[in-house]
Amino acid sequence: MARITAGVASSHVPLLGVAVDQGKTRDDYFGPIFAGYDWTREWEKREKPDVVILVYNDHASAFDMKIVPTFAIGCGERYKSADEGWGPRPVPDVIGDPDLAWHIAQSLILDEFDMTIINEMDVDHGLTVPLSMMFGQPEAWPCKVVPLAVNVVTYPVPSGNRCWALGEAIRRAVESYPEDLNVQIWGTGGMSHQLQGPRAGLLNREWDNKFLDMLEADNDDARWIPHIEYLRETGSEGIEMVMWLIMRGALGRKVKTVHRHYHIPCSNTAIGHIVLEPVEEETAPA
Amino acid sequence: MTDARNLPRPTQNIHEYLAEFDDIPGTRVYTAARARKGYHINQFAMSLMKAENRERFKADEKAYLDEWDISDEGKAALLARDYNKLLDLGGNVYFLAKLFSTDGLSFAEAVSTMTEYTFPEYREMMLRGGRSPEGNRSIKANRAAAGAADSKGAH
Repeated sequence: MARITAGVASSHVPLLGVAVDQGKTRDDYFGPIFAGYDWTREWEKREKPDVVILVYNDHASAFDMKIVPTFAIGCGERYKSADEGWGPRPVPDVIGDPDLAWHIAQSLILDEFDMTIINEMDVDHGLTVPLSMMFGQPEAWPCKVVPLAVNVVTYPVPSGNRCWALGEAIRRAVESYPEDLNVQIWGTGGMSHQLQGPRAGLLNREWDNKFLDMLEADNDDARWIPHIEYLRETGSEGIEMVMWLIMRGALGRKVKTVHRHYHIPCSNTAIGHIVLEPVEEETAPA
Repeated sequence: MTDARNLPRPTQNIHEYLAEFDDIPGTRVYTAARARKGYHINQFAMSLMKAENRERFKADEKAYLDEWDISDEGKAALLARDYNKLLDLGGNVYFLAKLFSTDGLSFAEAVSTMTEYTFPEYREMMLRGGRSPEGNRSIKANRAAAGAADSKGAH
């Protein structure tokens, strides 16, 4: 059967993609950011996931205001890098896993998560920047990707609890897939940042680190953080962190932290990155 | 064993949920009301993802804007690149970003124009750790703190 072997969270700031594409990842500004991903790139080479379920948000690239799906899953064969206004990033096409994606979509709908199905779309920096951070610049991405797009732009966005529960349902769906697959789930976006209005530039190192601590804990307290707390404490775009809860929800109660990295700033944003592995728990005797 | 945290919680009241957003200083949360108001501004911005539209817009901004169902106020704010005004009119930053890149502006530079800082000052603030959340969480709390300080000063 397929198994979720790890969860990865990472910011997906577009400037990181620019740094990779222009070969600036080791300069004074970007060096400390990328150094925090060196461990993960080596780890991924050993782990060799077959598929990554990549939770991200589209930034007015594939979706405009005509259609705003809360949760959408990519069931297509492949996805091209989107032109976000300055030409598409020069990265390989993202190869989907339609069999697994449709299995997850169907299972989620039976599990009462009414997913939107996407068969064709381009993917923007929200999805391609994390791939670059974790895999560098290969000729082809080393694994298949199931894109899972979340509306974190138009309010109300899904609650933390709903995101966590979606993660739990994704795990059930993956574990009911007969093929023997090594599956990772990635939650992307965040951490604290505000890109709009006179309060733009807000960062909150203390809160971000508290959030990372909560993800490491053997409980699900983080699912109850209300939207207003993300907005007040982490800036208007910090709300992207609800997508990390989908990843965390898919890992079960207990996790082991294998890597953690935090850096301020990258452009307008606090960079956070964490790698967690699910810990199998012995069932207590009845 | 029942874990209280896992019991169903009452659905949050939408009016209370939305009212809290107005208490955040210097922030326009992209609510459904703003999304509706700014629909054509955002769809105009979206059109700039196509190279041929960018060229047409750059050649005659006013004429290009006249093709859209946008108020005169909205058109003026777009021509002036008055991003705070555009947020008030329902613009969203991820859509307006298409205009940043049409202008060849980095995200950070465009964002800095919405603040009290010049771009170099803004960049410096970010390098020093960003804008502090202290005093930036709640308009009501700031007013209460200012009120307390005033009454202290009066004695």
